[in-house]
Amino acid sequence: MSDLSGLNVTDLHFAYSGEGFRVQVPRLNVSGGKALALAGPSGAGKSTLLRLFTGLLTPNAGKICLGSTQIDLLNHEQRRAFRLKHIGLVFQDFALLDYLTVTENILLPHQFRGDVGTSARAKMHELTERLHIDQYVNKRVSQLSQGERQRVAVARALVHEPQFVFADEPTASLDPARGRIVVDMLLEDARQRGACLVMVTHDPNLLPMFDQTVRMEDFATA
Amino acid sequence: MSAAFHLAARYVLRHRIQSALLAGALGLVFALPLCLRVLIEHAQQELRARAAATPQIVGTRGSALDLMMTALYFKRENLTPLPFDALAELRRTKSATAIPLHLRYQAQGAPIVGTELEYFTFRGLKLAAGKQLSRLGDCVVGSSAAKQRNLQPGGHVFSSPEQAFDMAGVYPLKMRITGILAPNGTPDDEAIFVDLKTTWLIEGRSHGHDDLKKDDSVILKKEDGNIVGNAAVRMFNEVTDANLASFHFHGDIATYPISAVIALPNDAKAEALLAGQFARSKDKQLIRPRDEMESLLAQLVRLEGFAASALLLTATAALFVTALVFALSFRLRQREFATLEDVGVSRLSLITVKVLEILFVGVAAVGFGLLLLLLASEVAPHLLRWAL
Repeated sequence: MSDLSGLNVTDLHFAYSGEGFRVQVPRLNVSGGKALALAGPSGAGKSTLLRLFTGLLTPNAGKICLGSTQIDLLNHEQRRAFRLKHIGLVFQDFALLDYLTVTENILLPHQFRGDVGTSARAKMHELTERLHIDQYVNKRVSQLSQGERQRVAVARALVHEPQFVFADEPTASLDPARGRIVVDMLLEDARQRGACLVMVTHDPNLLPMFDQTVRMEDFATA
Repeated sequence: MSAAFHLAARYVLRHRIQSALLAGALGLVFALPLCLRVLIEHAQQELRARAAATPQIVGTRGSALDLMMTALYFKRENLTPLPFDALAELRRTKSATAIPLHLRYQAQGAPIVGTELEYFTFRGLKLAAGKQLSRLGDCVVGSSAAKQRNLQPGGHVFSSPEQAFDMAGVYPLKMRITGILAPNGTPDDEAIFVDLKTTWLIEGRSHGHDDLKKDDSVILKKEDGNIVGNAAVRMFNEVTDANLASFHFHGDIATYPISAVIALPNDAKAEALLAGQFARSKDKQLIRPRDEMESLLAQLVRLEGFAASALLLTATAALFVTALVFALSFRLRQREFATLEDVGVSRLSLITVKVLEILFVGVAAVGFGLLLLLLASEVAPHLLRWAL
């Protein structure tokens, strides 16, 4: 049985071909149930790191292990299947489908896994209530405000109870109070389920809430 | 598959107006050549059947096509009239049964066909209500003509004047409707049939008026045994049992006009003899509608070929434009597909979503096209009747 409890990165090296940008992470460990905040200025490589951790980019060297799975060794199709099952992603631009309702957007990962059952729906209701978007479940997301859309994106990332949650500035579109609710929820969810949370943020006020904080300056980037 | 189906269906439904427009345009350009074929095929069948059922037509020399269309479809082509004597001449040959046609007038927009009772037997026209023509001024109405104008046996219908402001022209005749014909799906359904003499009555070659011998005040002069009435003489515009006897013809009936004669030759030999006889005539012609119709249809088929080629080119262009529309749409939604892939949706599923979206529009286009085809086959008979 796979050990899906934490993120372990060793001697990671990545550079975009033809560009000067590169990122190096000698060692990074985030245990299951713990939360890591990735902080740093724009263009420092935070989103690139998230893409590496989720298998959307392949490192030039080093190892990225999500639990017992070394994701950089998987092929495209295996990574896709792994993401669908074990990873929850919150994108900076929400990446919701405007022509679907809130319910349909949230249940999208379940739908493509073919397991939209009672438990998935129950989880969705729990999340929408906690994120205060339960009154919009039958509305199309194009009818929602930016903040509401962001919360739908968070619910979609958590609905299939993934072991790894990667969030790229999920509070960017929210007022401080709502932002704190969202971060609280992400942290609480990760701690309750023993999941591993990695979140990119600009907001220094949020950093104390995390178990670990890494500044991009700590990694060799150029 | 069900997730891809759901996603594709939701996208198409969300953009239903654009999708319907695209499907409608596609369905239209692909259905048009087929609709054209259906319409032409139906027209060919109907035109051929009518022509084949009419062995020969005699008329004055001129356009054979005009003669055929007038005699078969009661078109008012202003044919130069034949003298009534031509009918007698044809009958004297004893080679054919001859049925006269007088096709100049209308009543409420329906053609008035002046003929003899043999016409009804020849065309297999049966009465659905009422009785056959029994005297001057009677008419029998085709089923569609009666239905459209709400005409019933026992009612009346007026012949229309040729020109509304021509006071000296043809005077409207009030005709008694004696019967309504059963529908038979031919131009006979649209016509009003009268006896040949009734058309001459409409034309003014025969008339009825007060008896001049009974009232001296209406006499203008008497000369050589003839009595000439003045303007006070009451002319009848309706034939009744009471005034029937007063109707009389002036001049030589042999010179009275008819439009054409349908000839039903006794056999193939008689048909050939008649054709030869009229080929030598300087003022008359005999046509075989079947041959004339075939040459007309050959032209039609050539035209259809051009039209079909043009429509096929349009359809090909439409196909390219549709492909471009989909390609641009997918490109615009690249971010959406990338997101789905990031979330973990397989490329195969994404391709399925795209294929299903195209399929939905395609199926809607086919459905719309079939609907148009159905409509074309429904309206084809009416369209031909209306066009002719």
